[in-house]
Amino acid sequence: MREYESHLSKAFIIVFSLVCVAFFSVPLLWLLTAPFTPKTTLAVEIPANPTLENFRRVFDNSFAIRALFRNNLIIAGGAMLMVSTVATLASYGLSRTRLPGKNTLVYVLMLFSSVVGGTAAMVPLFLLAHNLHLIDTHLGVILVLTGGLLPAAIFMMRDFVESIPRSYEEAAIVYGASPLRIFCDIAFPLIRPGVAVVAIWTFVNAWGAFLIPVVMLRNPKNMPASVALYSFYSEAGTPIHTLVAAYAFLYGIPVLVLYLLVNWRFGFRFFGGIKS
Amino acid sequence: MAKILLEHVTKRFGELIAVNDVTLEVHDGEFVALLGPSGCGKTTTLRLIAGLEVPNAGRIQIGEREVTHLPPRERDVAMVFQDYALYPHMTLLDNIGYPLKVRGVGRREMVGRVTEVAQKLQIGDLLQRRPAQVSGGQQQRASVARALVHQAQVFLFDEPLSNLDAKLRLEARAFLKHLQREVGVTAVYVTHDQAEAMALADRIVVMNYGKIMQIGDPLQVYSRPANTFVASFMGNPPMNLLPCRVDLAAGKIIFDDDYMLDIAAHRERWSAAISNGPQFTLGIRPEHISISPTQLPGTIPSQVYAVQPLGGEWLVVTQVGRELVSVRLFQDEAPPLAETVWLRFDLARTFLYGSDGELLQ
Amino acid sequence: MQFGPLYVSDTEGYDVEKRPGIFSGKIGVAFLAPALVFVAIFLILPFFWIFYLSFTNRTLTGITAAHPEFVGLANYERLFDTDRWMRLGEFGNALWITARFVLGSAILGQAVVGLTIAWFFYRRKGFLRELVFTTAVLAWIIPEVVVAFAWSAFLDVDRGTLNTILAALGLGKPDWLFDHPLLSIIIFNTWRGSAFSILLFSSALETIPPSYVETADVVGASGWRKFRDIFFPLMRGHILTDLILITLWTFNVFTPFLLTGGGPRFKTELVSIYTYRTAFKFFEFGKGSAIAVVMMLINLTLAMGYLIMLRRQKVAS
Repeated sequence: MREYESHLSKAFIIVFSLVCVAFFSVPLLWLLTAPFTPKTTLAVEIPANPTLENFRRVFDNSFAIRALFRNNLIIAGGAMLMVSTVATLASYGLSRTRLPGKNTLVYVLMLFSSVVGGTAAMVPLFLLAHNLHLIDTHLGVILVLTGGLLPAAIFMMRDFVESIPRSYEEAAIVYGASPLRIFCDIAFPLIRPGVAVVAIWTFVNAWGAFLIPVVMLRNPKNMPASVALYSFYSEAGTPIHTLVAAYAFLYGIPVLVLYLLVNWRFGFRFFGGIKS
Repeated sequence: MAKILLEHVTKRFGELIAVNDVTLEVHDGEFVALLGPSGCGKTTTLRLIAGLEVPNAGRIQIGEREVTHLPPRERDVAMVFQDYALYPHMTLLDNIGYPLKVRGVGRREMVGRVTEVAQKLQIGDLLQRRPAQVSGGQQQRASVARALVHQAQVFLFDEPLSNLDAKLRLEARAFLKHLQREVGVTAVYVTHDQAEAMALADRIVVMNYGKIMQIGDPLQVYSRPANTFVASFMGNPPMNLLPCRVDLAAGKIIFDDDYMLDIAAHRERWSAAISNGPQFTLGIRPEHISISPTQLPGTIPSQVYAVQPLGGEWLVVTQVGRELVSVRLFQDEAPPLAETVWLRFDLARTFLYGSDGELLQ
Repeated sequence: MQFGPLYVSDTEGYDVEKRPGIFSGKIGVAFLAPALVFVAIFLILPFFWIFYLSFTNRTLTGITAAHPEFVGLANYERLFDTDRWMRLGEFGNALWITARFVLGSAILGQAVVGLTIAWFFYRRKGFLRELVFTTAVLAWIIPEVVVAFAWSAFLDVDRGTLNTILAALGLGKPDWLFDHPLLSIIIFNTWRGSAFSILLFSSALETIPPSYVETADVVGASGWRKFRDIFFPLMRGHILTDLILITLWTFNVFTPFLLTGGGPRFKTELVSIYTYRTAFKFFEFGKGSAIAVVMMLINLTLAMGYLIMLRRQKVAS
């Protein structure tokens, strides 16, 4: 009886898991087959004669390639540098300074950025960029993305910083090290995993950004891949599915790779566990 | 080296008074232990000396300089932390040499000085390893080595042995004591372990609730606890403390109403300090009570409550009325449970504490 | 913002604030300064600017671009014009759609899916768990335009994967985006965002000491009982934190626009899309800002509500 039950529950676990996997993966299967299919289709079918022709045609579209390999790298790389630098300094300063209410402050800022950083602030952000002559510049997009991502990044980084024992820095203080020196010699090397996680998180977020670049950029030459994806349309105005899929495939690959990297190096989870 | 002077030092954290009006002088070259339960203010006192905390009131002096508001690096102190604070991303060489690196000493000279100190502490061949690759005892030595390299006037130890297992701790004790004598540096040592404090220190400062309860050399503190707190903190097992009243005219100490001790012979010793009254505490160490299987004059009856073999001796806990009394018994056999035995107190070695907990006489 | 932090920790249980600083305030401020500048310029300033703009007739071009006029509450009056505000393509309609969207995809969708999956895989390690978590996370982090295209293929009437499966099961071939547009984007957004809740609840479950569960096992409590009596009370704070964040994100999410364009006939026009259309299709910045103000006020009210519940639960425990 007992054995029967455990077989039953094992079967249930497998079925439940497969249902979950199917729910999350089936909608994406088309992205895996369509790029290698010769004729345009919306169906998921394993191509009889897989081809790389679609990728070749994608590479002929210099506008889309420039978007992916130049504009996207500039925007995502720039935001990554900005956010990880500023968030690292801020979370360190925040953690190591006596400041009443600082936990609440970070939490509120994060909620605030969820509210303001979303679609609500599009107009003032646009006007701000306009007044600063940042419209149609990558710097403008980078700055706006940084502003929106920063509170959450500080929130994530804080726990990496808090996990450094205070005695490490106190020892350095006793032995005469200055704050900057302590940060460079001791704190930074120890929070590098956190910096890496926040950097990758920012990169992936900025890499996929659509709305802010659309609002902030004018010249097609500056558009990122999320906008360039809409350039694979026929003259009749309908998407050429095979090319869209091939481009989307290329566009999605870095995200997949970075996910695997984080998962392999740190384990993709809520880093550092959560306090209850 | 240098003496350390704390005058009326107070440190508050919000509502909590961590260090309350502490005055203490540590002599040049002396090894002083700050002893007390967790939260008694001993670590805060140490951190005040280090400059990691700034007092709300009072002044601190190291050598002839007032340092109350100076940052740590200008105080010329070295500190060994409870978790050793060795940096996991640096080799032992870089860890030990870090104070020199901060001071701008060249790499070559740094390596030379670190190697010299490390060899003295028998970790010379581990210098290329990282902290995680050496044992706890070796980490502890490395953290002492870092303090030595710093060549400070004052050494501060924050429970440096509490992360070691029992055997290593005994070894490390001997090593630290030897080292401190050899270097001749002034040392302040925080611990909650009374045996460690007794073993290491020239003088012990017992603290509780941010206040100094007693200062004295180890034997003094052990054999003449100045108050019931020190009496209950020092010794393992601690001193028996029995609420009692004293009838001086009759020459008796009465506890639990029924049990009387004849103090006629000691009346002289006590009469100066006490008056008749209900609220006293009688203190006696377990080794100063003896057990007799039969009633003798001057003994009081009790029941055996628990018996613990300690190897070569016994700890017998007996029940006298509502009180439990521990007795150390140096003999081969212990009385069986629930047996009635008679206790004889060595009255010359009892202490009487007043209602404020302070030692009388 | 398309997806939230990998890391959320509740603010309770921290006594960091009580510890003394390693640095003086001045040095702390130096470390914080760049972040403060960013937050001030890109969060605080826009926040107040929106309020200001919502009382003007500012547009992108023309005379009102250079010299916007103060128009008082005119923009708000247009939004809440009771004659027409519930019509298709109007503000009330967008609010009503958004409310159902948030309730369906954030609270009933992501939170419930997240809790179910996290609870199911509690203390189960292995390949299946890795597979489920990995697919869920990929759905969450792949760029939004990519998933939008994948989903429009997935939901295609004739050849889409979903209808191919349904037809094989004899369930017919509904035209999802045309006949059930709101349901489609609710399912889509549940699919898209569940990973966050799964990860948050999994971490929360891991903080519960195994001895609590083992004690319940020893007395023979059923799975549901264990959930109700042990896990749920201990996780209430995490559940509220999760709900705050996913509600706010879902309220502001723009991704469904990429799938439906707000249609057909405004049936999936969320407030975020309505704002975008007003401000950047018709370039009515004043009115767009008024919408944004209302959106933010609703968001702040929701956040406050959750925070009060969080505080009350903290006091209770």
